[in-house]
Order: sequence, then structure tokens, then C-alpha cells
Amino acid sequence: MTIELLLAAILAIACVVAVALPFLREPEPESDSLAELDESERRRLELLEARDRALAGLKELEFDHRTGTISDSDYRTLVGPLRREAAAALQALEPRDADADRAEVGEGRPTGKRIS
Amino acid sequence: MAELGRAALVVTLGLTVYALVAGAAAAYLGRRRLALSAQNALVAAFGSTLVASGVLLAALLRNDFSFTYVAQTTSEALPTAYTISAFWGGQEGSLLLWLLVLTGFAAAAVRLNRGWARDLVVWAVPVFAAVAVFFAFLVVAVASPFATQPAPVDGAGMTPSLQNPYMLAHPPLLYLGYVGLTVPFAFALGSLFSGRMDERWLVATRRWTLLAWTALGIGQLLGAHWAYEEVGWGGYYAWDPVENAALMPWLAATAFLHSVMIQEKRGMLRVWNVLLVILAFALSLFGTFLTRSGVVNSIHSFTQSSIGPWFLAFIGVVVAVSLAVVFWRLPRLRSPTKLESPISREAAFLYNNLLLLALCLAIFWGVVYPMISEAVRGEAIVLGRSYYDFFLRVFGLPLLLLMGIGPLVAWRRASVRSLLTTFRWPTGVALLAGGILLALGAGSSVPGLIAYTFSAFVAATITLEFVRGTRARKALGAASWPGAFSSLISRNRRRYGGYVVHAAIVLLAIGIAGSSAFDTVAEARLERGDTMTIADYRLTYESLDERLAANATEIRATLRVERGGRDLGTLEAGKNAYTVEQQVSNEVGIRSDRVTGEDLFVIAEQIDPDGTIYFRVFVKPLVNLIWIAGLVFLLGSLIALWPDAREQRRLVARTREVSLPATR
Repeated sequence: MTIELLLAAILAIACVVAVALPFLREPEPESDSLAELDESERRRLELLEARDRALAGLKELEFDHRTGTISDSDYRTLVGPLRREAAAALQALEPRDADADRAEVGEGRPTGKRIS
Repeated sequence: MAELGRAALVVTLGLTVYALVAGAAAAYLGRRRLALSAQNALVAAFGSTLVASGVLLAALLRNDFSFTYVAQTTSEALPTAYTISAFWGGQEGSLLLWLLVLTGFAAAAVRLNRGWARDLVVWAVPVFAAVAVFFAFLVVAVASPFATQPAPVDGAGMTPSLQNPYMLAHPPLLYLGYVGLTVPFAFALGSLFSGRMDERWLVATRRWTLLAWTALGIGQLLGAHWAYEEVGWGGYYAWDPVENAALMPWLAATAFLHSVMIQEKRGMLRVWNVLLVILAFALSLFGTFLTRSGVVNSIHSFTQSSIGPWFLAFIGVVVAVSLAVVFWRLPRLRSPTKLESPISREAAFLYNNLLLLALCLAIFWGVVYPMISEAVRGEAIVLGRSYYDFFLRVFGLPLLLLMGIGPLVAWRRASVRSLLTTFRWPTGVALLAGGILLALGAGSSVPGLIAYTFSAFVAATITLEFVRGTRARKALGAASWPGAFSSLISRNRRRYGGYVVHAAIVLLAIGIAGSSAFDTVAEARLERGDTMTIADYRLTYESLDERLAANATEIRATLRVERGGRDLGTLEAGKNAYTVEQQVSNEVGIRSDRVTGEDLFVIAEQIDPDGTIYFRVFVKPLVNLIWIAGLVFLLGSLIALWPDAREQRRLVARTREVSLPATR
């Protein structure tokens, strides 16, 4: 009975320590807030998904056309919209990259990228 | 040691309540350390549940009958393997297993996904915790596996039909499946609560869903094989409510695994997918409720208990809260794209989803109808086999056909002309197969003939896809044909793993059609030396023996089997009389033909004191394809489940591009 109670107490203490660990490790953190995506980052994530979706779709279409699962005529009908979608997503993603590059150049820090 | 078990479960309950409250507060208030603390609580809950499970397992192995649960489910004479299986053989133990798997899955899912979907994980934690609180509460307050009593001399033993090797794996696999469906549910709700409607919750849960679905599928097949061998009525699926309880979430998860591709490829069906996940999870709870509440009279209702109302209330809360959250988030769930054509792959997947759901709902209605009729009319009316068979044909046969059509149709839209060209070969193969089978006399069962013809069609499309794909890979530079084949699969595991699963379904369909639509049955009362014939088999009843096993008396009749004048050896069929349990079970004799996949299945229905036996004998063509289908199904699932490093890198890169840091 005593051993059982002792084991149960050890288990309970170990669990309490595990739960308290984040607070014990960082008693006074610089920041305790969860990093959230702001609206522009959410929009960017959506665009990245759209880009990847279109590119993956294009890749699959190309392969299915090569195998003969998709006919030439269907391929010609489908490839245009997919390319346009991928291009639109890439284009929408570009301004931020350009802005970031400009900001970095403006602040005079070396970017390691070629500015055209 | 019961006190330790009880204390460990109380700790689990405390931790899960903390994970629920702290997790919800952290997600709502955006507190990082509190969120991490809640996640740690879930991991610790797994640890404490593991301790409780260890205590129960030790009590079972020591035959400690001071544990009421151990005394009710085992006996001294019970072999060790079945003593271990008693862990999930009773209500309290199986609820503990639910909790153990749930906390384990939750801890793993949280750990594996917090690197790249941290903002979702934060919201998934309180959902996991809420489900865990319910099960922890049940095992602490309603159905504790650690109740004690003055130890009797021996236990009550285990129901004889459960003393079968398949019972070592069938229930745990079903539980893995049921509980596994909590993961997509928790992430789907987490996604809704957080307002993150991007596709990360799908990616985070895809493999978990696949794992749960595989476990449910294999678990059901093992259960079917158990019924075939052990229950001794000549079949493998009786549309028993508890069998249906596992089939329904599997069908809903199958629909989800298909429709999720439409969301990934086209950004469509967002509301539909969330609803399917909620449905699959609610059905998995309903399945546990059916198995454990004893509400429906069934061969599985070994336990009658008071947990039924708790389960029903929890299912009600889960459905109500989930639907309210979906309704709240409807504006954000609108799809950016629409179905472009009714002749497209997404349309084929949609038809597949509608058929799967229709079949699922038809089965659900069949399961609940006796309860509803009893509540309304005071009489439980059970819908019989013909009801289920009808809907299996109406919805199952088109589903089989769609399995062949879907993969060969283009996404977005396909022209009819192109389809005619694409389907030229598979249609030709199917018509040829159908014609040959008709000539061979398979027309005696029209649904069986249709099933065979559609199966040939699907098999042809799968073969075509593999042949064309391998040829294309070779043309793209693969060094050898095996290399091209391997590269084809490794570059798109989901697609080609899916085709292997489709091949398993084809085998299953052929096996079911062969063994149910074209089987033969014969009955005879034989004395020693008498002979009976069935199909081209001739059986001679030679002798009757009685022998003692560890926990039963085995009575076996020996029959000599001949086919076309050729001696095939002997076969044993009989009964087991279990001493402790005071029950008798049928022990069937089965002779499998490894070439044709056919079974000769013998039941010794009634054994008279003078040695006369009333035999029922079946010949079941192609039935072994059902069990082979299980292996193929597992292979396909493993291919699809195998981690894809390229995909993982792409996801991490995408997450980094939006500056979403990993949790420290």
C-alpha cells in the first residue's frame, strides 16, 4: 500500500514537473505571445498553396499526357489555364520579394542577391 | 496494485482537464508557454495512462482475481495469449485501451506537426484533450478497470468465441482505427477554431487518416476471418450491428481520402471535407458505443453496461459543437473554384463520395432501425440480410465501376471522344471477361456477373496505368524496367499505392461475388462410414474422437475428402466444450484449394450421443481471394503511407516563406 502510494506520488510529481516545464525553463521570457500570421502572411500562404497546386497539376498533366492517359486535344485544352494559374500565383508572390529586396537595398545592408 | 492504477487514471484525468482548459486559454489568448504546457500535459497523460495499462496487464498476467475485471474476463486455465487479449476483451479494459491509444496518438500528432503547423497544433490540443477527458472520466468514474473484490478461487473465464488467435489482433486494430480518426477530427476543428483554412490541416492529418483507415480495414478483414473460422455459420460477414459499426467510419474515411484530393488539387469541397471528418469521427464513437453499450442485440454484445447514455450524450455534444463551428466558419470555407465539368476526375471522385455516403447512411439506417422501431412501436424490427445486400449492389457496383473510370479521366474536364479512346482497352477486356463468364454459366447470378465484369474493367485500367507509367518513366531515362517501375511508384506513392488498394478491392469484390453468389450448400445426417457429395467433392465420415485441451474438451469428426476420384486427405470438424465457461462452440473444418482459391467448409451442426452427426457443408469458390485482398490492401496502404521527404521539405519551405517559426 505504501509503495503504491509512493509510486503514485512520484508519477503525479513527474507529471506536474512536465506540465510546469515551459514556465520553469523560461521564468521571464522576452516574449510569451504565440507568433501569429498577419493578414498579408496568410494571403501569401494562400498564394504559395495556389502556386504549388498549379505546378503540381501541371506536372501531373504533363506525365499523364506522356503516358497517353490524357489525349493531345485534352492536354491542349487543360495546359493553358494551369499555366496561367501558376503564372498568376508567381506574379502575385513577386511584389513582396521585390519590396523586400528594395527595403534591404535602401537600408544599405548587403543582401547577397543580384538586383536587376 | 489497483490503487496505483486508479491513481494513474486520476492523474490522466487531471492532466487532460488541464490540457483542455490551459490549451483553450493559450490558443485564445495567444500564450506561448501555456500552449507548450498544455502540450506537455497531453504527453504526460499518455505516460500516466501507460502506467495504468501496465498495472492492468500485470494483474491479468498474475491472474490477480482481486481485480473484478480480471476475475470477470479470465481464468487460471486460460492460455497466456488470451489472458493478454482480455485487456480489450471486456468493457473497462477496452475503454482504457481507447484512452491509451488516444493519448499516444495525440502526443505523437502534436510532436510531429508542431514544427510546421504550430498555429494549428495549438488549437488541436484542446480538442484532443476534450475527447481524452471524456474517456478518462469514464474509466475513473463510470467503468473503472481497477475495481476490487475479495478474490475468488478462479475467474469466470473468457467467452469461447473470443479464444481465437484473430482476437489478439482484430479488436486492437479496430481501436487503432476508431481512435486514429480523432487526429483528423482534432486538426479539422483546430483549423476551424483558429480560422486557418489553408490546406495544412489536410497535410498534417492525411497519413493519420490513412493509418486509421488501414487499421480499420485490416481489423475488419481479420474480424471477417474470425467469424468465418470461429462463429461457424458458413459466412464471414453477417451485417451484424457491431460489424457495421466498424464499416461505417471506414466508408466515411474512404470518402474523405478521395475528396481530400479534390481540395488539394482544386481547392474545392472544403465544407464537405470537414463534414466528412466530423462524420467519420462521430461514427467511430458510435461504433464504440454500439460495441460497448449492448444497446443493439448482437453476437458482439458481450457486455451490457451503463456507459451507453454517457456515450450518446458525448456523441450529441461532439456533433452539435462541430456543426456549430462549421456554420460559424462557413464564410471562410467557400471554395475559390467550382466544378468545371461533370466529366472530370473531380466529378468522378464526387460521384464516388456520394455513393460511399449513400451506402454508409443506408447501413446506418439499418443499424438504428431496430432501436427506432422499438422506441416508436414497442417492437424491435431488425432489417435482415436482404436489406443490406440490396444497397450493397445498388451503391457498391457503381462504386466498383467508378474505381476504374476515375483514374483515367483528366482533372477539370475531359472530352467524350478522348474518353472513348482511353477506355477502349479496359472496356474490351471487361466485355470479353463478361462474355466468357456468361458462356461458363456465371449468368446464374446477374449481380455476380456484373461484379466480375466491372472487376475485369478496373483490373484492366490499373494494369494499363502501371504499364503506361513504367513505359513513360523508362523513356524519361530510367536505367532499367524495374528501375522505371520503382521510380514510378516512389515519385507518386499516393497515386500508385491507391491503385494497389484498388486492386485489393477488385480481389475482394471477386471473392465476395464468388463465395456468395456462386456458392453451393448441402446438408446430411451421417453415421460413421456414410458418404455425402457436394459439387464435385465426396465426403466420408470416418470417425469421432474426444480429446482434452488446456481449457476445453475437443470433439472432432474426421471426414475423408475426395474430388474427382482423387483422395485429398482428411478434414476435421466438431465442437469445443469449455469447462470453466460452461459453453460449447462450433469448430469448423476448412479445406482450401490454393490453386482455385476455393474452400470446402464443413460444420458439424449437431452431434448425437450415438455418434450420428448432422453436417452442413459449403463449397465457396474464390473465397480465399478475400484474405489475399487483405495483404494487397496492406501493401497498397503502406506504399501510400510511406513518408515522402520531398513533400515534407516543400511544406517546411512554404511555412518558412511566411515566416512561421517552429515552436521552441
